[in-house]
Amino acid sequence: MRNFGFATTKSRTVDYSKIDTRLIGYILENEPTFNACLSCGSCTAICSAGNLTNFNIRKLSLLIRLGELEKIHTEIDKCMLCGKCLLECPRGINTRNVIMLIKKGLTIFDIKDQE
Amino acid sequence: MENYFVLPFTVGTVILFSILLVKYALWISKLSKIDKLRIVQSIFSRRTLSAIKECFMECLIHRRIFKRNILLGYMHMSLAFGWFLLIVVGHIEWVVYSGTFVTYPWNSIFFQYFVHESFPGEKIMANIMDFLLLFVLSGVLLAYFKRINSRMYGIKKTTKLKPRDRMTMCALWLIFPLRLLAEGATASFYHNGGFLTNSVGRFFEWIQISHTTEEILWWSYSISLGVFFVGLPWSRYMHIFTEVLLIGIRSTGVKLKKEFNSYSRIQVYSCSRCGICIDVCQMHISNISNNQSVYILKNIRDQNLTDRKLFNCLLCGRCEQACPVNINLNDLRISQRIRATKEYNSDYAFLKTLPVEQPVEDKTPEVIYFAGCMTHMTPGIKKSVLKVLEKANVNYQFMDKDKGACCGRPLMLAGQYEAAKKLIAHNREKILESGASTLLVSCPICYKVFKDDYELGQISIKHHSEYFLELVEQGKITLKKSDKSIVYHDPCELGRGCGVYEPPRNLLKMTGNLQSIQQEKVNSLCCSGSLGDLCLSMSDRNTIKAETLKVLLNQNPDMLATACPLCKKTFVKGVDIQVKDIAEIVAESMEN
Repeated sequence: MRNFGFATTKSRTVDYSKIDTRLIGYILENEPTFNACLSCGSCTAICSAGNLTNFNIRKLSLLIRLGELEKIHTEIDKCMLCGKCLLECPRGINTRNVIMLIKKGLTIFDIKDQE
Repeated sequence: MENYFVLPFTVGTVILFSILLVKYALWISKLSKIDKLRIVQSIFSRRTLSAIKECFMECLIHRRIFKRNILLGYMHMSLAFGWFLLIVVGHIEWVVYSGTFVTYPWNSIFFQYFVHESFPGEKIMANIMDFLLLFVLSGVLLAYFKRINSRMYGIKKTTKLKPRDRMTMCALWLIFPLRLLAEGATASFYHNGGFLTNSVGRFFEWIQISHTTEEILWWSYSISLGVFFVGLPWSRYMHIFTEVLLIGIRSTGVKLKKEFNSYSRIQVYSCSRCGICIDVCQMHISNISNNQSVYILKNIRDQNLTDRKLFNCLLCGRCEQACPVNINLNDLRISQRIRATKEYNSDYAFLKTLPVEQPVEDKTPEVIYFAGCMTHMTPGIKKSVLKVLEKANVNYQFMDKDKGACCGRPLMLAGQYEAAKKLIAHNREKILESGASTLLVSCPICYKVFKDDYELGQISIKHHSEYFLELVEQGKITLKKSDKSIVYHDPCELGRGCGVYEPPRNLLKMTGNLQSIQQEKVNSLCCSGSLGDLCLSMSDRNTIKAETLKVLLNQNPDMLATACPLCKKTFVKGVDIQVKDIAEIVAESMEN
């Protein structure tokens, strides 16, 4: 294949009736402010962990909403909980609590990373 | 045979002391080896004397409660010290009467019932005992009245008690009035009381009570004692004896560990649920009244602590400051958070793969500057610190200029102790490698963890307010004074957390007119931005912030100064006047 310097993502479909809502349900139940997230990415732009690694909390948030939990565990462990995102969030979401709930949720539902 | 009435008292006493002995033995046996060694080594040393003195001042006189409110202090003193004296003097009375030192406890406790004949010194002893009883009764009366109007005692909100506490409290409330009545009843027949019981006796004589009534009164007195003693270990009154144990162990130098252990348990059981921590808690401003330290300790005891309550606390330390028992409330809460989140700590494997930055110059820096995440959020502070360092010609290294890891304190606050240790190890290595003799920090959150957990040995850790003050004193920078009025806000982690109150104030006095406010230093309010709280919503934070700002801006200062980037960031969104960090103020008032 010719290398154009960019790639297209594979086409895929998301069946909303089949997605894994355990984790997102758990988070929203305990931290309803997460509902207000508009995926602006401010948190990701300011992120300390994002500065050191490819940690992307905005992406994780989207994946969790879609119930695609295969790679969440390793990713979420990069967060250092410093709280910069909390100050930056225009919607006043308790981002640190969301992170802790993701971690706890992964433990409760025994969700592990898939290779 | 008519002496059966001493049974409830005796059974209660036996049950009480058996439970206490078993519990205390268990707790002490579960202490770490080093702590046990500490205790053994400190027995019969000078520390024992100071512990005895503290027990006397706090468990009997209640000095710290007196400091808070005289009426509240008197109430506690009359009940504790009065009762203590009643027991001691009661025993002396028995010794005077019988000439023997050792006796069954009921003989001295129910002295007036058993001893009717006169003996040398009888009148004096009876009057002293009556005076002590009056002393205790005045406290009981105050306790009744406190239920109606607690504001007079300096307490706006009282603790919500559970049934067990209420029952035991009622027993306690009944003990001394019943004692008065019972002794009065006996005095009506034998006139063996002092000024108080004889007066009651005369009244009983007038209404002609029978011996059965006397029996019933003594029985009730004994039952109320028994109920109180049996209820004591299961209620808040457990603090009466546990506080003595706590003071004893604390005096030997045992400290609270990160992990919840049996010393933490002793602290938990020492809580009297007096409710002093409730009023100082700022959470009330946003109508949160279930997460105060008193309830957390209660929940730990009853093992029904919920995450919501546990993580909903600013960890500002105001309750710890106010606690009359000096319980380490913040660290206790953190130890519970550590326990709650133990199963999911990160290992931060990526730290090992980070590229190692090579220092630009070969020479060893004198100062290594760690800005921290929050300072990076407030570039003004960062620039100011660097400007001052340049101006003073300090040979420094900027540790986290672009690729810095977090200091670990936010993780610590969230209970992620194991994870925090990884970050600490990473940063610690960097700091030690630099070879600098001073670690400069411009964020109190980082400062606290550097001081408490980094174990940096010879390296002196300085908050920028301390360091800049040194620079001024050494003449490396000179400040010019303006006529601006400044109010200083004490950041929780810097003030109550690390005890740094004066350096920022001294700097501010050199740059402007520092005004003092009502609640400052140890009593300062939290800005509400604290990372200690994980669940507090933004709107609740704003409500609390507004109240804090009211206090701070009461005198309409020209500028609000603080020494914490997070406090600054929190306040900036809520006021019209200038909010500046001490670094910015110093940088601006430097003379060329």
